[in-house]
Amino acid sequence: MKIEKEKLLWMYRTMVQIRVFEERIGSEFAAGKIPGFVHLSSGQEANAVGVCANLRIDDYITSNHRGHGHLIAKGLPLDTMTAEIFGKKTGVNKGKAGSQHLTDMAVGCLGAEGIQGTPVPVAVGAALSAKLRGSDQVAVAFIGDGTLNTGRFHEGLNLAAAWKLPFICYCENNTWAESTNIYDVTALTDISQRAMGYGIPGVAVDGNDVFAVYEAVHEAVARAKKGEGPTFIEGRTCRRHGHFEGDGHLYRSQEDKDECLKKDPIPRFRKKLIEMGTMTEAEADQIEREVKEEMEKAVKFAEESPFPEPEEVYTDEFA
Amino acid sequence: MEVSEITYLQAIHDAIDEELARDDKVFVFGEDIRQWGAPLGEMKGLFKKYGPNRVLDTPISETAMIGAAIGSAATGLRPVVQIMFAEFLSVCWSDIFNAMCKPRYMSGGKIMFPVTILSYCGAGISAAGEHSGCLDGMEMSIPGLKIVAPSTPYDAKGLIKSAIREDNPVQVFYHKKLILGGLKGEVPEKEYTIPLGKADVKRRGSDVTVVATMLMAHRALAAAEKLKARGIDIEVIDPRSLAPLDKETIFKSLEKTGKLVIMVEEPKAGSSASEIAAVVAEEAFDLLKAPIKRVCAPDTAIPFTPALEKVWMPDEDNLIKAVTEIM
Repeated sequence: MKIEKEKLLWMYRTMVQIRVFEERIGSEFAAGKIPGFVHLSSGQEANAVGVCANLRIDDYITSNHRGHGHLIAKGLPLDTMTAEIFGKKTGVNKGKAGSQHLTDMAVGCLGAEGIQGTPVPVAVGAALSAKLRGSDQVAVAFIGDGTLNTGRFHEGLNLAAAWKLPFICYCENNTWAESTNIYDVTALTDISQRAMGYGIPGVAVDGNDVFAVYEAVHEAVARAKKGEGPTFIEGRTCRRHGHFEGDGHLYRSQEDKDECLKKDPIPRFRKKLIEMGTMTEAEADQIEREVKEEMEKAVKFAEESPFPEPEEVYTDEFA
Repeated sequence: MEVSEITYLQAIHDAIDEELARDDKVFVFGEDIRQWGAPLGEMKGLFKKYGPNRVLDTPISETAMIGAAIGSAATGLRPVVQIMFAEFLSVCWSDIFNAMCKPRYMSGGKIMFPVTILSYCGAGISAAGEHSGCLDGMEMSIPGLKIVAPSTPYDAKGLIKSAIREDNPVQVFYHKKLILGGLKGEVPEKEYTIPLGKADVKRRGSDVTVVATMLMAHRALAAAEKLKARGIDIEVIDPRSLAPLDKETIFKSLEKTGKLVIMVEEPKAGSSASEIAAVVAEEAFDLLKAPIKRVCAPDTAIPFTPALEKVWMPDEDNLIKAVTEIM
């Protein structure tokens, strides 16, 4: 599949942005600068970017607790995201959401949800809205493998299929739901076959290969826009960090962790783009330098921003 | 003003019908709407009138229904979702409590959900323990949710129209016994709405303030006649909206009576009566000349047999006893 150069470079830059963002958030968290807890998506960048490269700004996504990457790929700026995660007044949600609930309708993010399964029916609702309004928007729910066994996954997919909605359920199967391996709690080994139960296409892709993700989603978006209904996509990927920062993921074998590092989607994509002549080594290095600088500024912005005033606790409850 | 006498059921129907006609962003969905116009018929004829893009039949999937309401409301529509019996709300509690009522606040005002949820509540028809409850008090503990509970055709029509126009999530309860009992009342021929958060004094009185909702408001009015014969004159206030609660109207009445009985059709612990009592005790204690009384159902499940269900439901005698105890 031919992807124009400009988009390929955006995809590469965005994957680097996500990695740099996640690793920096991880180190800032370790330094005690971030309240609460954070879940990082390092290693899963090809999924967020491969999906969102197919979306317009007015298309919709719902996300989950491991959602920073989805939101960056959908267009949230690093500075207000960082400030949000730092709990600052200048955060995209004024410090009321934090890492797990980042929301911004301006870029079509209906919200990251902390309750497993919720992203599915909420995105189905956005897809329903698009259909009823006669628009050609699509909605994507980002879920993890841990969500596959919730009732909301089932109810949402069934409703989207029955109503032929412009909806895509994208499951990042990193095989770990917190500390539980998906194959210990699900008999099915080919997760994408779940789609058969809803009478919709189910596709499994290498979630560490951004081209594979892009192509599968491209087809699903085309199908959605033609009124043919939803698609379920399983991106087989891996999680480089623990469930949350501070989780040493001792429940994983060293082999599993080593394998994951070897599957890193970013060097793979970089190599491919250089082979294809899309960018040079020097250009790739330049992108990385620029992103690191951008993140440096974002952290500075967050650090220098004030916390919200105490009165803010009483605002924003009602429209 | 031209008025006509219509049933409580017709009032609910007309409110939904008029709002569908008024604003093409409004759509309704739920179970059994296409064939039955919802199980008790309050949406009869709407599918035929507005078609499948405005009136949708859903599978039995409460979490998906609330999710669909959230997602469509956030993206420009005004969904009205019927979650049949109040107890079914517990199936999609997280979707209401977490996904619908929190993000407006958590997003710092970056998203809004103009959703109306309609549910049947109330006992008295032997529907047994999972199809008879009122969940008002439970829902009053959800920040971000407005709640209305009309007792008359006039209130039902005016409040449901306001609920659908509201930019925040609103739960509307309507009482099965008032629907199936064929309750009638006058409503204006001309269009009107009733603001959320405004109580109605259903009967003026000077001795005791009785706050009562839905079916209990009717029982309080019946008890008032019996109490009058004993020389006791009660004022009956129907809050109509439980959230926001019209505290001022209750306090104003207490300035006159100094005595408060709250009558609701819920188990007492954590009921709407408990919250109203706490508000009065905290904010208007100086107005009270006697302890606050709560006339509620026992803290049990709702029994099936009419012989026991009748005992379970608060009635006129329970209210008369509570009123006379503080006279």
